[in-house]
Amino acid sequence: MMARLNHLLPLLCAMALALCAPLMSPYLSDFVVKVMILSIFALSLELLVGMTGLVSLGHAAFYGIGAYATVLGSGAEGGSIAWLLPLAMGSAAAYALVVGALSLRTRGVYFIMVTLAFAQMAYFVFHDTKVGGGSDGIYLYVRPVLGALDMENRRVQFYAVLVALVGTYGLLALIRRSRFGAALAGIRVNEQRMRATGFPVYGYKLAAFVIAGALAGLAGFLLAARDGVVNPELLAWHNSGEVLLMIILGGLGHLRGAVLGAVAFTLLKEFLSTQAFVGPLADHWQLTLGIAIIVFVALLPKGLIGMAARLSPRAAA
Amino acid sequence: MDVGTFLVQCLNAVQYGLLLFLVASGLTLIFGIMGVINLAHGSFYMLGAYMAFALSPLFGDQFILMLLGGVVLAALFGYVLEWAFFSYLYQRDHLQQVLMTYGLILVFEEARSLLVGNDVHGVKAPPWLEGSFALGDLMTYPWYRLFASGACILLAVALYWVVNRTRLGMMIRAGASNRDMVRGLGIDIRKLYRIVFAAGVALAALAGMIAAPMSSVYPGMGGSVLIICFVVVVIGGIGSITGALVASLLVGFVDTFGKVLFAELSGMGVYVLMAIVLIWRPEGLMGRRT
Repeated sequence: MMARLNHLLPLLCAMALALCAPLMSPYLSDFVVKVMILSIFALSLELLVGMTGLVSLGHAAFYGIGAYATVLGSGAEGGSIAWLLPLAMGSAAAYALVVGALSLRTRGVYFIMVTLAFAQMAYFVFHDTKVGGGSDGIYLYVRPVLGALDMENRRVQFYAVLVALVGTYGLLALIRRSRFGAALAGIRVNEQRMRATGFPVYGYKLAAFVIAGALAGLAGFLLAARDGVVNPELLAWHNSGEVLLMIILGGLGHLRGAVLGAVAFTLLKEFLSTQAFVGPLADHWQLTLGIAIIVFVALLPKGLIGMAARLSPRAAA
Repeated sequence: MDVGTFLVQCLNAVQYGLLLFLVASGLTLIFGIMGVINLAHGSFYMLGAYMAFALSPLFGDQFILMLLGGVVLAALFGYVLEWAFFSYLYQRDHLQQVLMTYGLILVFEEARSLLVGNDVHGVKAPPWLEGSFALGDLMTYPWYRLFASGACILLAVALYWVVNRTRLGMMIRAGASNRDMVRGLGIDIRKLYRIVFAAGVALAALAGMIAAPMSSVYPGMGGSVLIICFVVVVIGGIGSITGALVASLLVGFVDTFGKVLFAELSGMGVYVLMAIVLIWRPEGLMGRRT
């Protein structure tokens, strides 16, 4: 009974969110939407880091490209979700295919540096050229629509993002259980052995990289639809660092860890930069956040889920 | 492009490349020997630049003396930092190293903001290096840039000598090729680590100090240098000083001439270079095949 409840917990949380949405203040609802988008972003990286064992430090590129594709595709008249969403996910996936094909030729620490460098290249394209309005970014004049699904409407936006989150979570849960997911896990644990067994390791890793890129593009699409503006900072490497931090904070190797980490990290950042909580230290949130990150990684390498498991061994089973 | 412009750009490219080499050589050694990926390495470059800003009023004309003083301070800082922080990272995996050094960047940036503020500052070149000399009929070239190139060449040669000709260098090279064997041979690896780390910090800070009068001193300057240095290390091959030198110069030329020839898209040039190297030799120009 307990095990089954544990299984259904993510779904129950989603249902509770759906039911509570009408009760939320506009501020809270907007905050929850932001956290849900970051959760999708974190989940997409979890596929790489947690499931395949590929530490990418350039994931923000795909997030930013998805957002830019949405805004550039909309133009002045706006556009339909029916083709803007595939455009956003497709562009992100296309760049992921190029970056993945090159960076997967390396491994370990090289892979970290190469993904970071290619993300920075995408950042420079949007920052230095006129393609996306340069360093100021561009505005989305009309948010994407599809029939009754109008992202202009805050309520609709909330449910659309929630559905996207549930969909992403479900997809990744399916991947985990599939043959493909098992192969990825095998690569994470012992790549050499997988290759010896005859698996085309490179192809599997590339497929995971492209799927993760597309899902990050989905998060970028939703972010553009929420904010109505994009700028090159979306692709900045700080974003890649933060999302990596989220999945560690939550607990690597668990899908719910990615979501938990996104929630916890956003709350932590809000907490440390709000005067009401930390007083004058709020102006120096980078200092406190930096120290918090170091202490956290040093003391809790397994994340919040790992901590929960240590506190109550039964719940972890 | 006429010959004069070409020559000036060549000088710029060499000078930029050599400056990158000072930062990247520390990064590649620290990774090659200790196995630590250090995102905060760019912060040491920033530290140097801000040290130049803070120390230059104190030293006035004595620019060389200031550089020496700065190097000593930076090496001390590196020594203490290795003891207090980095020595705890060796046993951890790359992911944790990335995150902890990322946290360290935030701490450094905020410390910089608290101590010096967020304004962009300029640092003046010493009076005896002000002005330019004529190069052909129309061109001039600033004396300071020539000094910077000269200083970097001197350092590169010194570094080469230390690594290839001294006992310490022998241990460093041995550490980069097989860490466990060096430990097994009874060399005090912790002391070696501390020396290499302090030297890496000192080199990066020195590069920052030399660069300060040419570029301005600004927040976030560490981040951009760090990523270019990653590109250098990937192209050159991890743990190889020669590779870092060749790659730095390549990156210097591609970046400088990219700016002249392509203007807007110039930021991309070095990444395209990296992509080509990855296709051709994924382990880097001087890296060992695994």
